[in-house]
Amino acid sequence: MGKNMTGKTLYDKIWDAHLVSQREDGTALIYIDRHLIHEVTSPQAFEGLRIAGRRPWRAGANLAVPDHNIPTTKEERSQGLAGIKDPVSKIQVKTLDENCIEFNIFELKMNDLRQGIVHVVGPEQGATLPGMTIVCGDSHTSTHGALGALANGIGTSEVEHVLATQCLMQKKMKNMLVRVDGTLSVGVTAKDVVLAIIGEIGTAGGTGYTIEFAGESIQSLSIEGRMTVCNMAIEAGARAGLIAVDEKTLKYIKGRPFAPAGELWDRAANAWRELVSDTDASFDRTVELNGADIEPQVTWGTSPEMVASVNGSIPDPLAETDTIKRGNIEQALNYMGLNGGTPIKDIKLDCVFIGSCTNSRIEDLREAAQVVEGKQVADSVELAMVVPGSGLVKQQAEAEGLHKIFLSAGLEWREPGCSMCLAMNADQLGEGKHCASTSNRNFEGRQGFGGRTHLVSPAMAAAAAIYGHFVDIREINI
Amino acid sequence: MRKFTKEKGVVLPLDRANVDTDFIIPKQFLKSIKRSGFGVNLFDEHRYLDKGEPDVDNSNRPINKDFVLNLPRYKGSRVLLARDNFGCGSSREHAPWALDDYGFRVVIAPSYADIFFNNCFKNGLLPIVLNRDTVDQLFMEVEANEGYQLEIDLNTQKIIKPDDSHLEFSVDAFRKHCLLNGLDDIGLTLEDADAIKSFEANWQAQSPWYFSETETR
Ligand code: SF4
Repeated sequence: MGKNMTGKTLYDKIWDAHLVSQREDGTALIYIDRHLIHEVTSPQAFEGLRIAGRRPWRAGANLAVPDHNIPTTKEERSQGLAGIKDPVSKIQVKTLDENCIEFNIFELKMNDLRQGIVHVVGPEQGATLPGMTIVCGDSHTSTHGALGALANGIGTSEVEHVLATQCLMQKKMKNMLVRVDGTLSVGVTAKDVVLAIIGEIGTAGGTGYTIEFAGESIQSLSIEGRMTVCNMAIEAGARAGLIAVDEKTLKYIKGRPFAPAGELWDRAANAWRELVSDTDASFDRTVELNGADIEPQVTWGTSPEMVASVNGSIPDPLAETDTIKRGNIEQALNYMGLNGGTPIKDIKLDCVFIGSCTNSRIEDLREAAQVVEGKQVADSVELAMVVPGSGLVKQQAEAEGLHKIFLSAGLEWREPGCSMCLAMNADQLGEGKHCASTSNRNFEGRQGFGGRTHLVSPAMAAAAAIYGHFVDIREINI
Repeated sequence: MRKFTKEKGVVLPLDRANVDTDFIIPKQFLKSIKRSGFGVNLFDEHRYLDKGEPDVDNSNRPINKDFVLNLPRYKGSRVLLARDNFGCGSSREHAPWALDDYGFRVVIAPSYADIFFNNCFKNGLLPIVLNRDTVDQLFMEVEANEGYQLEIDLNTQKIIKPDDSHLEFSVDAFRKHCLLNGLDDIGLTLEDADAIKSFEANWQAQSPWYFSETETR
């Protein structure tokens, strides 16, 4: 069968539906349905509009929310803008407010109950819908692919471009399929699955591709779990990750504020059911993993691909024959203050962070709460904090009493925001400290100058808080 | 946008794979609402020995003398030679802004992260892909020869070495055209405003559920 006879992938379908025009060299103008905005990557874009005398093409396609810079303690948050101690951060949040007023853009302000991390808020509000093209000046925009939307991060020049034209100039990526089949063992979560995938293909494995995640293990995940997987597509090098629409997707979306209702819902739902790759679609690359083999994962280095099973050990650089790779391992271990050959379970933690757009949704918090319930954070752990992904997540968690479980176990319960995921606000990991973190990046200095990050699932982070070192979540009594 | 035709300058070898955008410009500097002034904080965590903060005088900070950017022989470099997957991590355009503000005009590496690669072109910075062996060879030549310079001619797509031999590189035709002429993407796209309007009208008729406008809530 000729190539043009094969079916379309999910990515092909969404791409084709949004194609406004295309140049001979393949550069395409793609229509953007939804643009999400936060305070860090937007000020220069609004400034660009102002200088050129331009207005947003379709103001109503935008949704803005501050998240990166804002304080997460109740005391500071209750004071509003005045509570932001860092004057530079304060100006940035204030600038977002002012730009949104000037350009008539809908903003969920810092103390709106619906405020939160932009990638938690989009799906929660129904602003993320299947089949949409979604962009945001933030690389973890890939998260929204969990709902069958084509979503990718962009730079600030492109933020300005989308505001001004409702389009982006892009070239089509190649198609990659990552299939994870088999049944996940109890205690193994979406986070472990995606870390295992990154361990397999590497942080540049998805460069140039849009990855579709499929297979039994992926289908078995909840929508929130799927968001965790797509969130980290970018850590595998892919700007966008996608998961086919199914009944779970529709159920998740129905009734959310910006989702269609009534007769429009029925029509939309019918159209969305088509958002799956055709059975005869061809992919440029396919990677297969067996979900049953995946164990809880822990990163030991300074790149998400530097990952091992909790029952494994840190690799010995001397065993690596490729000199560049050996150098990378040595550099990472030097920064992390760890030695090759050390069992992962021997890594001691000073800090635990449960939050970020990867793992701060209600299911993540339930998972963590279940582990710490009735227990105490280890004396050696200096700081353990839980930062819900949005005000609505926080409200729900409190309605379920999760905050009481965390507080009585000795964890802090904070206000929603990005917090120590990137430490742009006051929540910073100390120099040389080891942190079990549910976030997505373990780069040097990511969580604070000289800080040492280990990426794990919420359950694994919670267990590490109790024991003071990593433990296999499957071996402890919950 | 600034036009890019030819650039010549000292080559700085950054011998490290997977250099992420936090390495290029740490997050605390992203609090700025400006586009310029990031050059003094390029590679901040490696270049200085203390922790940098925005709006402080960098001239009094302790310098990491061992970091390649601080070696006198690489002073005033304009070409950055790097390893695989350069620019991975966050989408921050502050990374190319910082490189540009410092004075870099060209990056040469075997591979880049997609968003960073794309962001470079929007700022008149040329990211060149050369195969791993060629990059290895360049690293050796740069380290062996103090004051090693390369000249990059975008029009002919050639990199001219000090011995007058040259390397060829490929670049997307449309991006080349935009760089050579310093074209602003938004202006170009708005030439197609009618096509966008008619697409939008059809799309709205076909999929009205995507047009639930946020401003009305
Ligand atoms: S939580 Fe972390 S990764 Fe997510 S948007 Fe915020 S800073 Fe970025």
